[in-house]
Amino acid sequence: MAQRARPLSPFMHYRWQYTNTLSILHRITGVLLSFGFLLLVYWLAAAAAGADRYAEAVAKLSSPLAQLVLFGAAFAFCYHLLNGIRHLVFDMGHGFELQTARRSGWAVAIGALVLGFIVWLVIRGGMGGVA
Amino acid sequence: MSLKSPLRRVTYLGSAKGGSGHWFAQRMSAVALVLLGLWLVAALATMGGASHANVVAWLSSPVAAAFAVLLVLVAAWHAVLGLQVVIEDYVGAKGQRLAVLIVVKFVFAVAAVIGVLAVLRIAFGVAA
Repeated sequence: MAQRARPLSPFMHYRWQYTNTLSILHRITGVLLSFGFLLLVYWLAAAAAGADRYAEAVAKLSSPLAQLVLFGAAFAFCYHLLNGIRHLVFDMGHGFELQTARRSGWAVAIGALVLGFIVWLVIRGGMGGVA
Repeated sequence: MSLKSPLRRVTYLGSAKGGSGHWFAQRMSAVALVLLGLWLVAALATMGGASHANVVAWLSSPVAAAFAVLLVLVAAWHAVLGLQVVIEDYVGAKGQRLAVLIVVKFVFAVAAVIGVLAVLRIAFGVAA
């Protein structure tokens, strides 16, 4: 009898599927949003410090680099929000069928891009009235 | 020979310490943040430009200030719970892991207090 291949640790032989990427993106966007939270606190603290300090903060947040960061934060917010809801549904024991899980994954990815762009426009539009 | 009962010898060892509490807190704060996050976006979209006067007027409403305080507290809590899992997964050395966890928790505790004080300062009309 031929020797059977010995079992490997899962990460050694799982083939890549886009749902893997969706899963790790939830972590990555979560970490990014943690930094986004610190930005939110910075914005609130600037508003509490008075109109001059607030104008300085908004000027800093209007630089091209900061705008890129804010777009990233807007996308991360929408992705983490939508995928978080998807995971809450998983936690309740629904949506595990392969086709359903893949469809909801696509919906989350596309929804996050579209909504992220809209949220970024909201933030940008709001700041446009200031800086 | 130990006089401890078998149950006493294993309780609080192994993986079943407070895992379910952490798991549940992460999800409960997630549900709250769905509502608070949508509230924040809606508030930003409808305040007619985030000028200083508009932000101050927005947070002068007790309801808005209450939600903003909740948002800051729950977001900090949720972030710490999530970062803790990430750190525990990827930082292997025990000493380093503890150090990073302490730094992250302190940073978010300080940020949360600053955020709450900032909202209250505006809500109580101290911010000019």
